[in-house]
Amino acid sequence: MLQRVFAWALFCAMAVALAGVFLYAPRERTMGDVQRIFYFHVSSAWVSFLAFFVVCVGSIGFLATRQPRWDHRAAASAELGVLFCSLVLITGPIWAKSSWDIWWTWDARLTTTLVLWLIYVAYLMLRSLVAEPVKRATLSAVVGIIGFVDVPIVYGAIRWWRTHHPAPVILGGEASGLEPRMRLVFFFCLAAFTLLYFFLLDRRLKLAHAQNELDELYRQAA
Amino acid sequence: MLSQTWAIFRKDLRLELRTKEVLLAMLVFGLLVLVILNFAFEWTREETRRLAPGVLWIAFTFAGILGLNRSFALEKENHGLEGMLLAPLEPGYIYLGKWLSSTVFMLIAEVFLLSAFVVLFDLNVQAVLIRLLLVILLGTSGFCAVGTLLSAVSANTKMREVMLPILVFPVVVPVLIAAVESCAVLFEGGEMAEYYSGLRILIGCNLIYVTVSYLTFGYVLEE
Repeated sequence: MLQRVFAWALFCAMAVALAGVFLYAPRERTMGDVQRIFYFHVSSAWVSFLAFFVVCVGSIGFLATRQPRWDHRAAASAELGVLFCSLVLITGPIWAKSSWDIWWTWDARLTTTLVLWLIYVAYLMLRSLVAEPVKRATLSAVVGIIGFVDVPIVYGAIRWWRTHHPAPVILGGEASGLEPRMRLVFFFCLAAFTLLYFFLLDRRLKLAHAQNELDELYRQAA
Repeated sequence: MLSQTWAIFRKDLRLELRTKEVLLAMLVFGLLVLVILNFAFEWTREETRRLAPGVLWIAFTFAGILGLNRSFALEKENHGLEGMLLAPLEPGYIYLGKWLSSTVFMLIAEVFLLSAFVVLFDLNVQAVLIRLLLVILLGTSGFCAVGTLLSAVSANTKMREVMLPILVFPVVVPVLIAAVESCAVLFEGGEMAEYYSGLRILIGCNLIYVTVSYLTFGYVLEE
């Protein structure tokens, strides 16, 4: 019942967000309509950071309590994090190519996002290569922790590197220099995407729980 | 604490010095990387100084990954880790011992590779040798700090040789950036302030990686 309500609320939020992005938000002066990608691009980025933070919390939670549900939270959130991060890495070049005629530049933010994506893809690959559930949970928890701890170091190091080798900075501040209507649409879109993340997380956790129960039944029957 | 760490370190050293197979593999592979990269770029005098840091560290890290792979593969084959835990040895100290030994092995390989590079590409490092060796030391220990942990992790997976580089390289980006930039300052005669801030990043990475790895290594080893 609650899930139904949640699903409908999400649907409405997304619909309003889309309407906001395409109808209410003003047309950007220099870039035109393609700038509207920004709302989805930056929302996905912030949600992916949230997801990776949840991975770290889940990992610590599992190592501390040894309860499988913490591992499920970490794994589910990692999948969603990689999903949203992939969206960032896809929408970014699309926007960049049409606005500034380059697919990619190695500035601090883009490079960090790419390295972040690689760290969590490696996390997912690790999970797929360990068969035993407890071992898989333990190993991924360790990788989840060191991966997340590494993120600020990666960002700092890349920014330090970039001060000596400056590159064209594509994005200015994110929500800083926005016109009021744009800012409203952006934060609404961000809220809708965050809701989407929690909805997908909830669904994925239920799936993981069902899978876990099934595995238990198999183990008992064997 | 020191005696346990030292015992692990001496064991690895003794094992390796008997056969020298891992060191040899690291050396030959690193050399091959240098030779192949020779064909990738135009090596004029100025270009050599510019490209040297990156090419050197590519050779170092590829050789290092090889060494890390082998160190835990052997332990897995011979059930060495169970033996060490039963000794009894603290997992954290096992980590420190393994970190030390993989750093030393990688350093030995790097000394040879650096010499090969100086000869093959005619790079003059005399003036900056001490500072260069300091960067190499800190970069190598940082690489091995997180590499040792992730090597133990990937040794538990199905495709262990493939999983290690995929896990290590993204995580170790800060070490590589700082090491390459510091070397670049030395070779191209840049601002020494950048060299020192690179060293600070390397020291910071070392501290953080060793701390996190020391604390979590026990979880990786348990059955």
